[in-house]
Amino acid sequence: MTWENSAITIATLLPVVGAIVIALMPKSKERAIRGMGIVVSGAALAIAIAIAIGFDYGTDGLQFELDLDWIGAIGVRYHVGIDGISLPLYVLTFLLSFLCAIYTWRFVPDPGRTRGFLALMLLLETGMAGTFIAFDLILFFVFWELVLVPMYFLIAIWGSANREYASIKFFLYTLFGSIFMLLGFLAMYFQGPDPHTFDMIVLRDFGVAGGFTQTFQLIVFGAVALGFAVKVPMWPFHTWLPDAHTEAPTIGSVLLAGIMLKMGTYGFIRIAIPFLPYGAEQYAPWIGALAAIAIVYAALACLAQKDLKRLIAFSSVGHMGFVMLGIATLTEIGIQAAIFGMVAHGVITGMLFFCVGSIYDRYHTREIAKIGGGMLQTMPKLGGVFAFVAIASLGLPGLAGFWGEVMALLSSFSPNEVFLADQVGLFRLFMVMGGIGTVLTAGYFLWMLQRVNMGTLPDQWREAGLRDVIAVEWISWLPLLALILVLGIYPRLVFGVTDEAVGGLMRLLGS
Amino acid sequence: MDVDYHALLPELILAGTILLVLVVDVFLPERSKWFAMPLGLAGVVASLVAVTTLIGGGTRVSFGGTYVVDEYALLFKGFFLVTAIVVLAVSLRYFREGGFYQGEYYFLLLTSFLGCVMMPSSRDLLLLFIALELVSAPGFLMAAFRKGDVKSNEAGVKFFIIGVLSTAVMLFGMSLIYGVTGGETQLAEIASALADVPGDLQTLTYAAILFVVVGFAFKVSAFPFQFWAPDTYEGSPVPVAAFLAVASAVAGFAGLLQLMFVAFAAQHEFWVPIFAFLSVATMSVGNFVALRQTQIVRLLAYSGIAQSGYILMTFALVTDDAASNRTAFAAAVAYILIYGIMNLGAFAATVAVSRRHPALRIADFAGLRETAPVIAVGMAVFMISLAGVPPTGGFWGKLLIFQAAIERGGSLGPALAVVMLVNSVVSVFYYLLVPRQMFLREAADRSRLRVPALVTVVVAVAMVVIVAIFVLPNPVARLAEISSLVGLGP
Repeated sequence: MTWENSAITIATLLPVVGAIVIALMPKSKERAIRGMGIVVSGAALAIAIAIAIGFDYGTDGLQFELDLDWIGAIGVRYHVGIDGISLPLYVLTFLLSFLCAIYTWRFVPDPGRTRGFLALMLLLETGMAGTFIAFDLILFFVFWELVLVPMYFLIAIWGSANREYASIKFFLYTLFGSIFMLLGFLAMYFQGPDPHTFDMIVLRDFGVAGGFTQTFQLIVFGAVALGFAVKVPMWPFHTWLPDAHTEAPTIGSVLLAGIMLKMGTYGFIRIAIPFLPYGAEQYAPWIGALAAIAIVYAALACLAQKDLKRLIAFSSVGHMGFVMLGIATLTEIGIQAAIFGMVAHGVITGMLFFCVGSIYDRYHTREIAKIGGGMLQTMPKLGGVFAFVAIASLGLPGLAGFWGEVMALLSSFSPNEVFLADQVGLFRLFMVMGGIGTVLTAGYFLWMLQRVNMGTLPDQWREAGLRDVIAVEWISWLPLLALILVLGIYPRLVFGVTDEAVGGLMRLLGS
Repeated sequence: MDVDYHALLPELILAGTILLVLVVDVFLPERSKWFAMPLGLAGVVASLVAVTTLIGGGTRVSFGGTYVVDEYALLFKGFFLVTAIVVLAVSLRYFREGGFYQGEYYFLLLTSFLGCVMMPSSRDLLLLFIALELVSAPGFLMAAFRKGDVKSNEAGVKFFIIGVLSTAVMLFGMSLIYGVTGGETQLAEIASALADVPGDLQTLTYAAILFVVVGFAFKVSAFPFQFWAPDTYEGSPVPVAAFLAVASAVAGFAGLLQLMFVAFAAQHEFWVPIFAFLSVATMSVGNFVALRQTQIVRLLAYSGIAQSGYILMTFALVTDDAASNRTAFAAAVAYILIYGIMNLGAFAATVAVSRRHPALRIADFAGLRETAPVIAVGMAVFMISLAGVPPTGGFWGKLLIFQAAIERGGSLGPALAVVMLVNSVVSVFYYLLVPRQMFLREAADRSRLRVPALVTVVVAVAMVVIVAIFVLPNPVARLAEISSLVGLGP
């Protein structure tokens, strides 16, 4: 075992070990438990950063690869590795989890029970990180499903009023989608090259070479895409998301929006498109259409929301719509835009949920009408941060939200010339819808700021002793705020990582 | 007739223990009656040791080929004996404190397990019948052991009537087989005789197979013969319900596997559609009725019916292709074993709760995370495993069946897989009801629940095993390799 082949395994499994340690700690040692959460997720982040430093940005192949026999009898292998598509999401996973652990130092949602809370969060971290490094379909699926149980309990135990309904809906909905995905994987296993394999590299090479028949691709792409689409979530499979996001505790929302949604879009880029290129070609206009609908629909839904957190949740549907639109174009720019959009959305929306969590902590309500405005007067720092992040989210140039959206629109102006030559007009229509969406997005965010930040403070909050941003919040937020700015000014931070890998993917697809 | 006594050692030890328990009980004073349990336990452990000495010893044949000890048999014998240890362990306090006849109970329980242990070795219709009856007959009595309770009496009577009826049907089918094959009772001989049945006997053969299948369908509580199970489980003492749900059902499957995959393999085109129907109907009825349950044993009973449906699906995957049959067979064996472990764990956790809440409503699990943390975490793992979600062994069980279904291909395999996966998603809802009570609700009485040490150990061990199977499923997945031992060809 060398650093090269074990680093990502260590980083990925470290949180599980931490979770077990935390679960076995005595309940009374509250400080030590919270400290342990920070130490474990911090150590995992440190390894992830070391991987990013040691990463060779000049090639499109797999790095830090490890390929071991796991379940020989059914051909399942422990094959992990990392490339330019995985790396940004992988590091983001550890960063957000670490910041969540810091946030937990001060804020443990009711009903307390910190041990269980942190242990589940760390288990979740492993599931999410593992999804981005798995290169065996079954291993991928295991990590994919591993997030369900911890997230279910995080929402069900630490969520707000309607938590039971939201948590079971989340669980059943995503499970339903992902089991179809599993059937698709099994079908690819049996229709794939001889000897049968779940190895994603082998199947990818087999798939891009046109190894699967067209009918097979149409059926299996549908099955696999259903699983991914529920997770993204694509309109009309999004209905679990507003409930889950709204009811989840702050940490849950941050990780759900920041990372878990990306598992779906990552699946499209990593599995659905290269394995089943003909299926991708045939489905792309439909995916694009759903994405465009999602953008407009989510913006309109946001305009109608009364609950601040639900508003942010619906805005995620729209932002993921841009990501899916980029993917649907099947172009290099589109997929680059998608990955950038995923990272940017993770940072920005994660931060927005942090803000909403802190606003709720002050006001004990999330209803925009009850908050009533004037937050900039009483809490200038929190109000300022909230305004900054909201404006980043609406896609202001110079901040992180801009690049993903504008490039997605750009790529839909000229979709893939080989696969989608006869669909150009359609994609331009999507572009126009996306453009309308951006205007509406600016509208609802600014209106939200107007209702929350501006105006005069209602009398009831004058004596409430609202306290501005505290140290723990600054510590857990500053990295994200800095990233929003840095990614906006210097987008190569992501594009530089993804360039080679996306280029390699497009070469494989033959365009 | 040659008899390999080493091969029969586990059965001999168990039979000796049964007699010993019966005799010793007579001489024990009233307050020491519980001593029958450690005595029985010692016998079961000794029998298990005897099984381990047989591992790797190849195939041992006794009584002219009617009683075979091979790896398939050893696997199931080991499983049944471990199950016996668990059921004994959770029985001790329950029967000691409940004022039951303890000596008689342990005698009956061990007799049933003797039948279980004989089942996977029986390669003869008569022996299969005897083994099956040995499992069931003491069960009729044990189900009615809570004499003071009307429900328990109902459980016993219902189980008895259904059991006898199904046996009669099965025996009739067997007698027809005997006639059709010109006097064969050995499974391998039946298989070769049935491989070319004269045209005018074809219909009779089908009828015979149907009768036998119906008989077993009662035993494994398949639709439409499932209705006795929830009532019987609910009325029985909880450890007996655990025995019925795990050992008795698995014994039924162990026999059915041999019959269908060996003896009746030639007629698979006739019975595959039957099993497809049984499987789909059984899992759907089990899952959808389970959604409405409020009592934990009834919930587990319907869950068991649904799980039977999943296992029955592997029978519907049989084709002419030996390789895909092997996959289906291995998936069935793996699933049965994993199902046994997680279900045992769930029943053990139920026994723990039954001491404070004899009514055993699901709501009685409220706040268990506080009153009995180990039991609560264990029960959550078992429920998630029964639902087939990672990080638990149940996930691999389901995956293996899915894989077998897709490998079979055609239109039937994927169609069954889709039905099963829709069912799996439905089942998550009711399985999560229990963790929801344990972790989201507060108990009315928040004092610590006093759980017998043996029960805690059983739950903890089962939990560790279920998670360990998830991390290292290779031993379970390797079951494919022993499947050649039931005559599926090379």
